[in-house]
Amino acid sequence: MKGITRRKFILAGMWGATAVIMNGKAAHGKADFEGYPEGMGVLVDLTRCVGCRTCEAACNNEQNLPVPDRPFYDQSVFDEVHHDGKQKRRTDENAYTVVNRYDAEGSEEAVYRKIQCNHCNEPACLTSCFVSAYTKTKEGAVIYNPKACVGCRNCMIACPFRIPAYTYSKALNPVIKKCIFCYDTRLVNGQPPACIEACPMEVLTFGHRDDLIKIAHERIRMHPDVYIDHLYGEREVGGTAWMYLSGVPFEQVGIDTTLQKDPILSNASEFLSNVPVVLAVWPALFMGFHLLATGDNRESGEENHEPERKEE
Amino acid sequence: MRELSGKGLLIIDSLHEPDTKKPWSFKEKLLLGLAPREYLSQIMRNPLNWAMCIILALGVPLIVYRFVFGLGTVTHSSNDYPWGLFLGFGLFTMVPLSASGFLLGTTVELFGRRDFKPIERLALLNGLLGYLFAVIYLLVDLGQPWRLHYPMFVTWGTAAVLFLVGWHVAVYLTVQMMEVSEAFFEWANWPLAKLFIKRITIGLTVAGIILSTLHQGALGALFSYAPSKVHPLWYSAPYLWIFFFCSSIFAGLGMVIVVSTVVKKTMAWRCDDNFLENLDRLTIGLAKGASMAMVTYIALKLIGIAHDNEWAYLATGWGLWFMLEMAVGVIIPLILFSVSIRRNLAGLARFAAFMTVFGIVLNRLNTAIIAFNWNLYQEIPHIFEIIIAVTLFTIYIITYRFILYRLPVLYSWKPAPFREYSTAVEKSHFPGKEPAQAGVFRRTAK
Repeated sequence: MKGITRRKFILAGMWGATAVIMNGKAAHGKADFEGYPEGMGVLVDLTRCVGCRTCEAACNNEQNLPVPDRPFYDQSVFDEVHHDGKQKRRTDENAYTVVNRYDAEGSEEAVYRKIQCNHCNEPACLTSCFVSAYTKTKEGAVIYNPKACVGCRNCMIACPFRIPAYTYSKALNPVIKKCIFCYDTRLVNGQPPACIEACPMEVLTFGHRDDLIKIAHERIRMHPDVYIDHLYGEREVGGTAWMYLSGVPFEQVGIDTTLQKDPILSNASEFLSNVPVVLAVWPALFMGFHLLATGDNRESGEENHEPERKEE
Repeated sequence: MRELSGKGLLIIDSLHEPDTKKPWSFKEKLLLGLAPREYLSQIMRNPLNWAMCIILALGVPLIVYRFVFGLGTVTHSSNDYPWGLFLGFGLFTMVPLSASGFLLGTTVELFGRRDFKPIERLALLNGLLGYLFAVIYLLVDLGQPWRLHYPMFVTWGTAAVLFLVGWHVAVYLTVQMMEVSEAFFEWANWPLAKLFIKRITIGLTVAGIILSTLHQGALGALFSYAPSKVHPLWYSAPYLWIFFFCSSIFAGLGMVIVVSTVVKKTMAWRCDDNFLENLDRLTIGLAKGASMAMVTYIALKLIGIAHDNEWAYLATGWGLWFMLEMAVGVIIPLILFSVSIRRNLAGLARFAAFMTVFGIVLNRLNTAIIAFNWNLYQEIPHIFEIIIAVTLFTIYIITYRFILYRLPVLYSWKPAPFREYSTAVEKSHFPGKEPAQAGVFRRTAK
């Protein structure tokens, strides 16, 4: 009888050990990665944007996206609102970047804001993906591998900026669509993305992320009357490659200022760090309970495997 | 069936026809001992079948439609609500309601509470089918379901919570199939296979606890990726996984009470006396377990609110909705459970269990859909999405009933006379030898 017990105990232990090995890496998901030193970034200066949508057109062309119904010079798209006015235009499968107009308090002119993937240092989409479809390249881009994607759309849940969009209309090969920093066509050759080259107002500054942070703070220091004293994206959700300067409070141009400073992954890390503990402790703990609870009747035929026992 | 058994129809609960000792054929077992025509007319007589037929007639074409023309044709294709009813209900609700398998497995096999034996198999089956259909809902929702094996064998995203969920649900589904297969092996008369399962029961049960603790929690941890989207009252980075795990305990126990109530009302002919006579006592026992988990859950929820200092939210509209969910789904059922335990009122416990299950549905839908994107806009699922979700649930009920009618879940399989059993074992063990040498088996018999 004892031999069987021991064998079962070992069996249970092996279950746990296998699972620990399989999930061991999960616990190592460290949330203190601050981006590659050579990582590139973009500084977006909202005080300079006039809402010409040239960046949208350039992106559309560069990424071979379908031509939209309304031409890019049509300013009436800024009046477009969805869901009873609760949402302005957002990125979707046919538009990786979108400019929206905001009527900010304290500003006589309308403020325009370009949105696209912010290419986080520690992207939530990447860390939530269970097939590693996302990669943060050393150049700073967050790229996506459609060949690995299963279509669970967890990245869309996780992205704090609501950027990834899904090609729901496709039946056979639906994939995620989002800005990839023009990685394959430009960034990998050291060139800036298409939208930056196209911008006539120098709203967008392309450079090493570290340098951009210095430039941004310099601009704030030089013109404290123009800028809000905050570089959005410097620290939000662990830092982003694309960062924003604004002349009006960020929340008035549709930017979520309540986001945490830690990467999104840090919220799940407490759970993930418990995983190996449960795997290691539970087998012994519950086998122990089992022995305590059934110790007495063990000798009196508890291990009898005859089918007649069903009659009990 | 009730009428038929009243008219003297034999209900199959052993290998042989009791009088003639002739073994039941596979066809007889499958058709419940009825002639094909009788079987059909028995199906036609039940109005529930007609209702389910209408649902299937609407929903099955829609499922085909979804796979031919894409998810966009049956949902709102929302980029803001990427997870709709298929996951919000199908995965996040079905999984906690199926925690029953590991809970009763632990109670009976591990803690040796043999008095819960009559309801153990129902709990195991409830667990298996819940997980199976959670995966089916998932397959309908995934963009490319044919890549479901990718996280297993092709490309690993080991740092993701969903990676853990995927692996654990897959392994646990296998574990549960093995646990439930014991009943199938009795029914199909494969004694050796049953023997094998019995030998590894403890291992399976311990594996079940580990896997369940982690993936029930992991479903909650999945939402910890969305701190700016889930309403603060439903969100808690450190505790969300414990909320989900703890609530899965009373969800699973409540679901067993609900299913056993339905079974008792609609298919009493299939239950044996052991099940029916013990059911009231067992219901109270399950209510005790559920109420302990509920007290813990309420305490944890309060800790969660205090930890992030979210008291002010309670005074808002969302706060009222939150308190309503807690009251209807946890606090009132807890009070009812307590009264039913003290006064020994199984009926009241059953009513409370229905409320508990409703509360879990509400909680999971709140987290995944209703209180998700609370500061954006409210998503109301597409009508086709609702129809498909209801259709899949109907198929779940049909499968559930099909198995309960046949396998020894609600009744004990009357064992074959010992001689038959040892012969069967021997034939597969020592082919060619005469069954006379059965002594080696007789030695271990009681």
